[in-house]
Amino acid sequence: MENHKSPLLFGVLFFGIAILYLPILVLIVFSFNASSLVNVWGGFSTAWYGQLLHNRQVLEAALLSVEVGFVASTGAVVMGTLAAIALIRFSRFRGRLLLTGMVNAPLVMPEIITGITQLLLFVSMLQLLSWPHRGFTTIVIAHVAFCMAYVTVTVQSRLQSADRSLEEAAMDLGASPARAFIDITLPIIAPALLSSWLLSFTLSLDDLVISSFVSGPGAGTLPMVIYSKVKLGVSPDINALASLIICAVGLCVILAGVVMRRSERRRVLELQAAER
Amino acid sequence: MKRISRPGRWLIILPPLLFLTVFFLIPFAVALKISFAETAARVPPFTEILAFTPDHHLHLSLSFANYKYLFTDEVYGIAYLYSLRTAFFSTLICLSLGYPMAYAISRTSRSVQSLLLFVIILPFWTSFLLRVYALEGIIRDNGLLNTLLLHFGLIQHPIHIMRTSLAVYLGIIYSYLPFMVLPLFATLEKLDHTLREAAADLGSPPWRVFTEVTLPLSMPGVIAGSMLVFIPAVGEFVIPSLLGGPDTLMIGRVLWDEFFGNHDWPVASAVAIAFLVLLVGPIAIYQYYNARQLEA
Repeated sequence: MENHKSPLLFGVLFFGIAILYLPILVLIVFSFNASSLVNVWGGFSTAWYGQLLHNRQVLEAALLSVEVGFVASTGAVVMGTLAAIALIRFSRFRGRLLLTGMVNAPLVMPEIITGITQLLLFVSMLQLLSWPHRGFTTIVIAHVAFCMAYVTVTVQSRLQSADRSLEEAAMDLGASPARAFIDITLPIIAPALLSSWLLSFTLSLDDLVISSFVSGPGAGTLPMVIYSKVKLGVSPDINALASLIICAVGLCVILAGVVMRRSERRRVLELQAAER
Repeated sequence: MKRISRPGRWLIILPPLLFLTVFFLIPFAVALKISFAETAARVPPFTEILAFTPDHHLHLSLSFANYKYLFTDEVYGIAYLYSLRTAFFSTLICLSLGYPMAYAISRTSRSVQSLLLFVIILPFWTSFLLRVYALEGIIRDNGLLNTLLLHFGLIQHPIHIMRTSLAVYLGIIYSYLPFMVLPLFATLEKLDHTLREAAADLGSPPWRVFTEVTLPLSMPGVIAGSMLVFIPAVGEFVIPSLLGGPDTLMIGRVLWDEFFGNHDWPVASAVAIAFLVLLVGPIAIYQYYNARQLEA
């Protein structure tokens, strides 16, 4: 294994990548299958996509998922950024260890545990406070809690590499901490905010387990509808729906990646210019 | 931000701290409480453990019946062991596939590295549920794999993979492979190449350089990657539910059924709490290695 470019090593790499992509490609190809038999190719057709537009259940679920995604990822970016600032800029405060633990725990907690415990909380809260009723609100709260972790990790690493002296210079010149943050720090971490918003959106759009627990009767997100359809068996219109979602999510992730890369490259160029 | 006043600091710290305490930490306390309650035919379907008796005394009634039930009904033991075994072997296979992948990536130039990493990360962000569904298109009886094998005459009858343990293994490996590759790559990339060269110069054959230098030095990555695969795999619900058969009793699936099928919330809470306690060990180990890695 110590050979520099062992063909075996790269063979395994490409085998692994093929495993990751092959099922998705097959799914997308078969979503354009004219035949309703899932294993027989009956020619090219976009009929299944057309059929989706008339499926009210799917459209309503998609709308709910997008709404939840927008609100939850915005909330997660605000909360996650505050947590990142607290953890990076304030080296000591009461509850620091607790905050670190709670920010990181959702990354490894099995979703089913998070889902059950949050549902029990919402039910108990409803009994005591008559709020929140299960549905949109509870799904958003649950999604903010687990998306936050990803935001905090992304923003933290960006803040860590940011040049503090710029901020200090601004404050020396009389800017208030809030002013310095808005004028100096915010532009620096903006790419991280945008990309973590996009990633939160995809995570929220994708979640089945936690949403199933915390949603109320009647409020079904898109993954919940897909899950119940898939349980009944493979069907060509799910292939079409799945292809659409995978492409939309893939686009979000690629966009997030490009934003991060471009800002990184600009930062390197600026550093080089500053050194000259 | 030394110049931020103390109250100003708390404006930043408090919102995320309070939010996570209320919506992430307290739920576990609520689950613990309900795990000591009894099932009741009402809404919500469990008894109160704290109640005022008619003569205004606070009365605490803890029921350990749910926990006793976990130990007497063998379904839970079987499901727990089955989940651990499945997660363990899937992690092992992910490691043996992911290590050479991460190693190969670490040997490429920087621009190729970031491209390859992106190619690995992309499926990780792409819908988990849909990827599991997509896998079914490959492994079902009339799926791509069987069609190809039949076409080339390698088999006479389709191999039956769906609704078996094998399908669950394939599902976990397929879904969690990126989790293994990323931390492995992170440690392999930071590895000091001169150490390997020194060992080779001193006459070590390549396999000894690997077992005595590369592998020990990449242990933090091995542990981090294994934890990232193992922990979610133990609690996995979607994969056994969609790909597994009736005999693939994983703990996540048992929990789901207890909750949505039997509506036994107190028992489900007890399963969740027991599961959590049995998981705290691995998470603690993971955090420990993570912290050590950050120090290094």
